[in-house]
Amino acid sequence: MFPEAYTVSFAPAVNAAIDALVANYGDGFRLAGRGVLAVIVAVEQVLRGLPWWLVIGLAAGAAYAAARRPVLAFGVAAALTLVGVLGLWDQAMQTLALMLVATAAAALLGVPLGVALARSDRASLIARPVLDAMQTLPSFVYLVPAMMLFGLGKVPALLATVIYALPPVARLTELGVRTADPEAVEAAAAFGATPRQTLWQVELPLALPSIMAGISQATMLALSMVVLAAMIGARGLGEEVLLGIQRLDVGRGLTAGLAIVLLAVVLDRITQNAVRARAAR
Amino acid sequence: MSAVSFEGVSKIYGARVGEAAALLAAGLGKAQVLERTGCVAALHDVSLNVAAGEFFVVMGRSGSGKSTLLRAINRLVEPSAGRVRVGGTDVGALSAAQLTHFRKTGVSMVFQHFGLLPHKTVLDNVAFPLILQDVPEAAARERARVWLSRVNLQDYALAMPGALSSGMQQRVGLARALITEAPLLLMDEPFAALDPLTRMDMQDEVLRLKADFKKTVVMISHDPAEAVRLADRVAILHEGRLAQVGTLDELTARPASVDVAAFVRGFAPGVVHLRPGRSVRPR
Repeated sequence: MFPEAYTVSFAPAVNAAIDALVANYGDGFRLAGRGVLAVIVAVEQVLRGLPWWLVIGLAAGAAYAAARRPVLAFGVAAALTLVGVLGLWDQAMQTLALMLVATAAAALLGVPLGVALARSDRASLIARPVLDAMQTLPSFVYLVPAMMLFGLGKVPALLATVIYALPPVARLTELGVRTADPEAVEAAAAFGATPRQTLWQVELPLALPSIMAGISQATMLALSMVVLAAMIGARGLGEEVLLGIQRLDVGRGLTAGLAIVLLAVVLDRITQNAVRARAAR
Repeated sequence: MSAVSFEGVSKIYGARVGEAAALLAAGLGKAQVLERTGCVAALHDVSLNVAAGEFFVVMGRSGSGKSTLLRAINRLVEPSAGRVRVGGTDVGALSAAQLTHFRKTGVSMVFQHFGLLPHKTVLDNVAFPLILQDVPEAAARERARVWLSRVNLQDYALAMPGALSSGMQQRVGLARALITEAPLLLMDEPFAALDPLTRMDMQDEVLRLKADFKKTVVMISHDPAEAVRLADRVAILHEGRLAQVGTLDELTARPASVDVAAFVRGFAPGVVHLRPGRSVRPR
């Protein structure tokens, strides 16, 4: 046994800090949360407002643009049609909206972070365990305080999803920038490029396949969080799974699970082919 | 006035630079300095002059400091001591903005593995230095087309670099370096990655372009045959120090060290392809 005299408890201090945060800055957090919510709701309204056949057409078009293979476009259209046939179209659009916003946020935060990590060995050393923690820390540990600050629903769900989906974007951006052809980078400098020009015109384009691979992974990770998001009040396919479990309705849960898989396959095929097409070019 | 001059230029990588410099000055070799101070001595106390219009070839074994010497000229490497002048300007004293301007207009560079941008077309790669100078896109492309035709690649303007053979890729690198019309051209083993026949074609091409556009060229090579074909004068580096500098005849007649003699062996006729009007006689 570890001697009791040497143990320290951080719990009261953390509780006090969170309480103080809620009491003093609760309004600010709620205001920020409302802004985020407006974005998610807007995307959701667009997706749910579009006719189902147009959404399927757009997804098939994106698949064809990424891969130039009619078979893939047809497969994507078939998978999404099946989601509709399962009676889960509306829930799927809700989930898709949350996921798209989460992935966009992970990319917007993760790419600049990855560039910063590629620039500084020290920052990279510090960030590595933090990124590990973001992926391994059980989500409820930070979800409970997030709910205290933002309330139930989509906003804490988005926060949890972004925290989980951001690390691969940052890591793969760092990798891509660090492994950009050193002679191409040197050539840019030799012809008088400023560091900013080198970043935008050489390093980021060379890192793009790696960055796209990171975003592709982020979409998958975001999708794996939908059930958890449902537990804190986000609607969508996760809610169906949750209801299935709670009512021991195995069929209902499995149907929703199948719809999640179909959505994942569709997104994976589109993003993966976009990565591969860029790498080949 | 010389086009490029080195005055006591040193480059030492590591924390204990002062100590390492003192040991080097006392005549210790790279390995001993590394062992005692943990510093890597890339270049030590090099002084030499390159005349305007000269074809100057730098030779030496791997790790002899050739690459550091070349990069000290456009300050891709910052010397730890000494002064580099290009056309009378002290390169080390330039501000960041002046250095950028100098790199845009005063000096250009060709790389061993070409250093092309794989996501841009051949034409846009050649135009790239002009784009960095804020030349409007249409004008930059127009001039890039002119330079592409000068290296006989006019038919490949819209190809991606990855689709070209290595010889063609280096032609793109050459056109990109020449488009800025800088008087000084630095070449870092430009033909080492090419097959022998392509290499000879490219050597002819460089000689032609150098004569047409009156460039000063500083080129790294470790191919003695290449030095014989191209060089007006040769500098030989050994362990970061300047072993000898002079014309081929001077080096052949009086090699200053065993190491120079080893390179001079490669200058012997029969092995090499002489440039018209030149000779290297064994003595």
